[in-house]
Amino acid sequence: MSTQVARVEEKLFQNRYLVDQGKPHIVVQPHTTPSKNLLAMTKICPAGCYEQTASGQVEITPDGCLECGTCRVLCEPQGDIVWNYPRGGYGVLFKFG
Amino acid sequence: MIEEKFDAIVIGAGMAGNAAAYTMASRGLNVLQLERGEYAGSKNVQGGILYADMLEKIIPDFREEAPLERHLIEQRFWMMTDRSHTGMHYRSDDFNEERPNRYTIIRSQFDRWFNKQVQAQGAIVISETTVTELVSDAYGKVIGVRTDRSGGTVFADVVVLAEGVNGLLGARAGLRPTPKPDHVALAVKEMHFLPRETLEARFNLHGDEGVVIEAAGTISKGMTGMGFVYTNKESISVGFGCLVSDFAENEETPYGMLENFKSHPSIAPLIEGSEVKEYAAHLIPEGGFKTIPELFGDGWVVVGDAAQLNNAIHREGSNLAMTSGRLAGEAIFQVKSRKDPMTKQNLALYKKLLDDSFVMKDLKKYKDMPALLHTQAHNFFLDYPTLVSKAMENFLRVDGTPKIEKEKASVRAFRQKRSLTGLVGDAWRLARAWR
Repeated sequence: MSTQVARVEEKLFQNRYLVDQGKPHIVVQPHTTPSKNLLAMTKICPAGCYEQTASGQVEITPDGCLECGTCRVLCEPQGDIVWNYPRGGYGVLFKFG
Repeated sequence: MIEEKFDAIVIGAGMAGNAAAYTMASRGLNVLQLERGEYAGSKNVQGGILYADMLEKIIPDFREEAPLERHLIEQRFWMMTDRSHTGMHYRSDDFNEERPNRYTIIRSQFDRWFNKQVQAQGAIVISETTVTELVSDAYGKVIGVRTDRSGGTVFADVVVLAEGVNGLLGARAGLRPTPKPDHVALAVKEMHFLPRETLEARFNLHGDEGVVIEAAGTISKGMTGMGFVYTNKESISVGFGCLVSDFAENEETPYGMLENFKSHPSIAPLIEGSEVKEYAAHLIPEGGFKTIPELFGDGWVVVGDAAQLNNAIHREGSNLAMTSGRLAGEAIFQVKSRKDPMTKQNLALYKKLLDDSFVMKDLKKYKDMPALLHTQAHNFFLDYPTLVSKAMENFLRVDGTPKIEKEKASVRAFRQKRSLTGLVGDAWRLARAWR
């Protein structure tokens, strides 16, 4: 059984979001080389929010965030990221949950 | 935001928060409940199975109105390799009882209903409001909360933290640690819709009967994790989860693991032709008894997932949440009725009630299981499923080989993979952790 190539964008497309424009609720702290855990997020974020840029840093676009907290558990204690919940009413809106 | 001071503020409108708010409001306490979602349930994710008994203790006649999907008459446990599954099924007509024991539910619908019952008991519920921090007095007693609304500070005698597994408030206030990567599992889930008749034919169901499949084995690639398939009225919840620490180490994508699970030859035919309408992710507290934080203090208690109250072995989360919420509500009501202050000493009653309940007794029973499953993940999730599958195939495939030789081959395979000491050791460790 080979790992299926899954496009997470197609999955997120099913969901409802109310994005708080210009107010990202998760911020990656400036760095030159990403930590091991921050780098892992480019693979394990269930919404595929984390990406490594051409220059090697890890960036986040939290628009599709599912607010699960995986990156918080993995990266917040070392100070790699700053994690908050979106403002009330914003973010993912589960129809089923 | 609101000038008056409340008897209690409940943060969150999930199972634990709703249970706590309902219990207190129905006993006449002045309760404010704050929810960051658009409505109660819009941020909540669960597999989701509801255990009737725990809700019955809060709302005895919930079956008359609650949005329930299917009552469960069959459970399948599947041990999987990439191409096979060895299953244990239990199906009983006794589960077709007048007051069924377990149901599948859809959380955003269920929580919305539950929260309406809370409001009917007189609690004030304000949604679309994120609580940003706890407010304490000079002595460190929690006296209220600050929210993201303008002028959004509200006060109460006690704050019930029902903020979920990823609750920030308790951690920020230093009341409990942020969960560790090996104490939480990340699960992803899709909602697959099918015509009701198709679904019922595929799963051999009539009316509102439902089936649950829990599957573990090589599908988690040696990580501690499992997949599930739950039948709803006209949809199937399909999910997959592994410990966050395992995901981080193996760098597998959660959605890739879910796709793998969905394409397994035992799963694919069940969901074939379905329309996917939502994709969700959620953390599940898996650390068990040893990771339960301090549950109460001056002016606060913590309930549900935020307190790591989840029984991973029996896959019970929401019923521990409901029970802890109810008991916290009862304890607060008792302290209040005596006109006593909400001090740490007085709120210890909540812990006492919880210790006397199944919640702590069950979690204590399995206190060694999380660590065992984690450290022995390779054996339990890769080697044994492969060996069992091979033994089953040996047993069933008729090819002229004498049965005694087949039996010997199966035993040999087990002993080669895991020495006799290893096998006995694993059995012993499992039995001890289970006891």
